[in-house]
Amino acid sequence: MAESLKTIDVEVLRYRPEQESEPVWQRYTVPYTDDMSVLQALQQIKDDQDGSLSFRWSCRMAICGSCGMMVNGKPHLSCQTFLRDLLPGPVRIEALTHFPIERDLVVSVDGFVKKLESIQPYIIPKEPRTLAQGEYRQSPAQLEQFEQFSGCINCMLCYSACPQFGLDPSFTGPGVLALLHRYNADSRDGGQAQRMEVLGSTEGVWNCTAVGYCSEVCPKGVDPANAVNQNKVNSAKDYFLRFLSPRGSKS
Amino acid sequence: MNRPYVRPMAGWWKRDPFFMRYMARELTAFAVGAYAVILCVGVLRLAQGEAAWNGWLAALRSPLSIVLHAVLLFAMAVHAKSWFEIMPKTMPMIHVGGRRLGAQTITRAGWAATLIASLVLIALVWGWR
Repeated sequence: MAESLKTIDVEVLRYRPEQESEPVWQRYTVPYTDDMSVLQALQQIKDDQDGSLSFRWSCRMAICGSCGMMVNGKPHLSCQTFLRDLLPGPVRIEALTHFPIERDLVVSVDGFVKKLESIQPYIIPKEPRTLAQGEYRQSPAQLEQFEQFSGCINCMLCYSACPQFGLDPSFTGPGVLALLHRYNADSRDGGQAQRMEVLGSTEGVWNCTAVGYCSEVCPKGVDPANAVNQNKVNSAKDYFLRFLSPRGSKS
Repeated sequence: MNRPYVRPMAGWWKRDPFFMRYMARELTAFAVGAYAVILCVGVLRLAQGEAAWNGWLAALRSPLSIVLHAVLLFAMAVHAKSWFEIMPKTMPMIHVGGRRLGAQTITRAGWAATLIASLVLIALVWGWR
């Protein structure tokens, strides 16, 4: 039986800070079946071949956003990338590019989380409402304005597709700016002015040069390039309109 | 041990065909700039009198200039194509008759505007003669 098992070679970019000064490629041979994902290949390696391999994962069904990595040079969720589509191999797996590598396939997410916090990713109500006033009502047209952008799972694949973020890590980046737009575009939200400082800064939308790859790699069909670039118009409007209405006169 | 490794960005644009296409788009901007310079020189020569202007016109008719213009025209067409492709990303949702305008429609509208503007310009210039 063992002879009839199909195998595929998997190369992983290893980085163990206590023993390597820079990352090195390591090759494993993994037995596979047609329904195996890249994540399962890594799990096979960790369970049966090399327990020292580090990687993040959780849900195995493309919703937790933990298992993003470079597969053959492109950012993918490893749980929904299948070995059968990568034949005959070898499959090259590397930590998400543009992020510092903590260990093996684990990247540092501190910067991303700080940026996410900075845009207040929650609805800031337009006016305080009491329970007696009932629920907020929203039309299908109002829902459509933000629905697509709410699909973001914070997997950060778009950051690995964004050379501007790679060149300047202070760039707020596609994912966070798409979420910023998700709340700004919500008819229940009144936080646009508060988020403008991040949005209109050099680290905000203006660092984007419309490469557009972010929207290609998103596993949830979000269009961050659209969120970022339409807000360049909003930022420009905010900048020029201040000359028409004196500071503080706006409600 | 916490010693994060930052990978170098050198040669990043060679890593993915998508990035190469992006760099091609950015490079064609130089063609647009070069043509703007040619036109500015024309205005300058015009201000310097008839002889200077005729000299500029003669320079434009040289074989080298015609080859250069063919190259610039091609680069500008690539530039326009790539920007019309990304144009839908720069716009908020547009609804016409209750239906959302698709990305392809916006791109085609860009081409249509270019075509009309070019035809009007050519008709004007020819009408002038």
